[in-house]
Amino acid sequence: MELVEAIILAVLAASTPLLIAATGELVAERSGVLNLGVEGMMIVGAACGFAGAWLTGSILIGALLGILAGTLMSLVFALMALGLAVNQVATGLALTILGVGLSGLIGAGFVGERITPAVHLAIPGLTNVPLIGRVLFGENGFVYFSIALIVAVWWFLYRTRAGLILRACGDNHVSAHALGYPVLRIRTFAVMFGGACAGLAGAYLPLAYTPFFIPGMTAGRGWIALALVVFSSWRPGRLVVGAYLFGAVTILQLHAQGWGVGIPSQFMSALPYLATVIVLVLLSRARTGGSTAPAALGTVFVPDR
Amino acid sequence: MQAHQRMLDPTPNGQHSGKSPLLRTIGLTKRYGDFIANDCIDIEIWPREIHALLGENGAGKSTLVKAIYGLIQPSAGEIHWQGHRIALSGPSEARSRGIGMVFQHFSLFDNLTVAENVALGLDGKESFKDMSARLEQVSKTYGLPLNPRREVWQLSVGERQRIEIVRALMQDPKFLILDEPTAVLTPQEADQLFIVLERLKAEGRAILYISHKLEEVKRLCDTATILRGGRKVETCNPRLETAASLARMMVGGEVKEVKAASGRKTTVPRLVVNDLSLAPAEAHGVRLEHISFELKGGEIFGIAGVAGNGQDELFAALSGERLAKDPGTVLIEGIAAGHLSITQRRKLGAAFVPEERLGHGTAPRMKLSENALLTGHAASGMVHRGFIDTAATLRTVDRATETFDVRKAKRDPEAASLSGGNLQKFIVGREILRNPAVLVVSQPTWGVDAGAAAVIRQALLDLATAGAAVLVTSQDLDELAEIADRIAVMFHGKLSAPLSARDASREKLGLLMGGSSLEPKEIAHAAGA
Repeated sequence: MELVEAIILAVLAASTPLLIAATGELVAERSGVLNLGVEGMMIVGAACGFAGAWLTGSILIGALLGILAGTLMSLVFALMALGLAVNQVATGLALTILGVGLSGLIGAGFVGERITPAVHLAIPGLTNVPLIGRVLFGENGFVYFSIALIVAVWWFLYRTRAGLILRACGDNHVSAHALGYPVLRIRTFAVMFGGACAGLAGAYLPLAYTPFFIPGMTAGRGWIALALVVFSSWRPGRLVVGAYLFGAVTILQLHAQGWGVGIPSQFMSALPYLATVIVLVLLSRARTGGSTAPAALGTVFVPDR
Repeated sequence: MQAHQRMLDPTPNGQHSGKSPLLRTIGLTKRYGDFIANDCIDIEIWPREIHALLGENGAGKSTLVKAIYGLIQPSAGEIHWQGHRIALSGPSEARSRGIGMVFQHFSLFDNLTVAENVALGLDGKESFKDMSARLEQVSKTYGLPLNPRREVWQLSVGERQRIEIVRALMQDPKFLILDEPTAVLTPQEADQLFIVLERLKAEGRAILYISHKLEEVKRLCDTATILRGGRKVETCNPRLETAASLARMMVGGEVKEVKAASGRKTTVPRLVVNDLSLAPAEAHGVRLEHISFELKGGEIFGIAGVAGNGQDELFAALSGERLAKDPGTVLIEGIAAGHLSITQRRKLGAAFVPEERLGHGTAPRMKLSENALLTGHAASGMVHRGFIDTAATLRTVDRATETFDVRKAKRDPEAASLSGGNLQKFIVGREILRNPAVLVVSQPTWGVDAGAAAVIRQALLDLATAGAAVLVTSQDLDELAEIADRIAVMFHGKLSAPLSARDASREKLGLLMGGSSLEPKEIAHAAGA
């Protein structure tokens, strides 16, 4: 019983950064922008988040600094890919390379330092309920925030006019422009939201997951978040399922190694990435009728004036 | 003097309702770098008037209406609305003032529902629920039925246009701009549209109607303004003009008549399609179902139909861009070719001209000589032992240029630098110069100026006279009537029985284009003809 609870808690902890980063990217892609720089924005968010928390002693300030760093990184992307209409794939890849280097520079002085990780909620009576108590009432703020965030994004996309306009930009930017919507401005905001989320997801790692910073600690989570958006076929509901599924695979491989399953540990470590590839292949094969990707995704738009 | 009189008195009965024009432009000019898209254009639109805006492609019609709708800012000149000078900040301001627009290439979102599409064109002051209710009411009032919950990609072109019109009408506009609204409609759908437009006029609204279908303009419009090369040539009453005189004003000269050689002889079947069925390659594609026809040498076979009914899929199956499972479904020169690649089909003597000039017919950033090589490498002696014979590719460009009057800035420019008409002449020329036994051509004169269109149609006729089999897919019924010997209609991936061109009236073709079937008697008659 305790093992089950421990596994659920571990899955939640591992899934949360994936969910936050993928939520941001989902919004950006729904507006028609493919930002492949999630990994880069995350790692800079992790470095700045840790620096902020270590210098001030406040997890909240650390998280805010992570968000700010991710947003600034996304603005670099927006300037290139939207302002100057540079190819989005190339810009996104460059952003990741930039982010990995930058985070090493920022975080160099902090390697080896430790902070007190984010506190977990504790409600007397509720948190002690076996099995579900700690899962529902004993998590840190990031976990609750990630759930609130995806619900808010769903509500925004499907229940508000602004969300409709954002989806319209992703479906056909020429039409949206012809109707008088500022496509590039809307996309810039969507990209900034994506950057903020990626920065927060990155900051989660040293602030809540492990209480220290090491270079490259995002370890490909940004790429998994990107794959998750495709996996979810750009729908928030499926994104939650996907994020927890991938978190579960990550934890499963750790436990499997612990149990001494006779499979090389390198193979087990590769499982989440392998799962990403397999899921993407299966999804693209299974897709019939009704296109799912935003039709204008990744295409450059230059309004005539 | 006569022109001056016409301008003062543009309506048939000489009566304008209201004292001042609803909309007036004075010296409206729009420059893009050195290029002047609109040069000092003065136009007056009065209430209760259907005003035609005529001109060839590139004459500046779209630029003018974009400026009036606030989509682009004019470089110079004034726009007056109800007697006051205005500067539009954007389309939403235009809409709030009472200017509505129905776009040529619809401004719709395929993956959103009808109601969502309409909501995006409004200012969002009412709730989605109220808006949906009003949408149903407006569409009922004007006889433009729509189901608000369907997604746009599921709808026909005619239905999509209805969305655009209803969206514009929901803002209760005083002035409605329609950019080539009938280009994609069947004749019957166009008639229904005219009824709606007459009604809007009777309600006191003004309409600016862009078209290049002159008969339509004569029938519907009270006033016509003609643009040529970015300038206003004339404002006149189209009912007092003939189609020929309007065409002269648009082109600035006589349009050459296309002549078919008499006594063309049909020979052996050169292209045969046997029960061709093909699943769609794309999510929203059309499934081809049991298509069969036989095309003899010396014959031009026309395929009519509203775009998106499987013409693209048929072209891909004929050209070899998509392969059929059964080789026997496509026979070129009597040889089973359904499984052959594009190059192998070219070697059998087939040539293909796709609808899309840039990106499909040519590689836009490559030179004309390189584009000539791309389709001619297999069968036109431009490659020796794997090396390109550059001189031969240039010779092809020169021959196409001379034979088909391709106008370009230098000997061998990039494909993208040519105007649509000249590039199309080059592409058709490139294929015809290979002396194909079979030519499959899709929308040969779409978006091409009248002069170039005449050259291309004449070239197709001459090719047939020389003994080739020519398959023409076109949405332009007049074009098919002019050059085709037999015409069939594509609808939802099925091909109707062919009608001889003599029997193929607009009414019959229109019915087939809308999915109705003809009386069995008529088909029997057509088959016998």
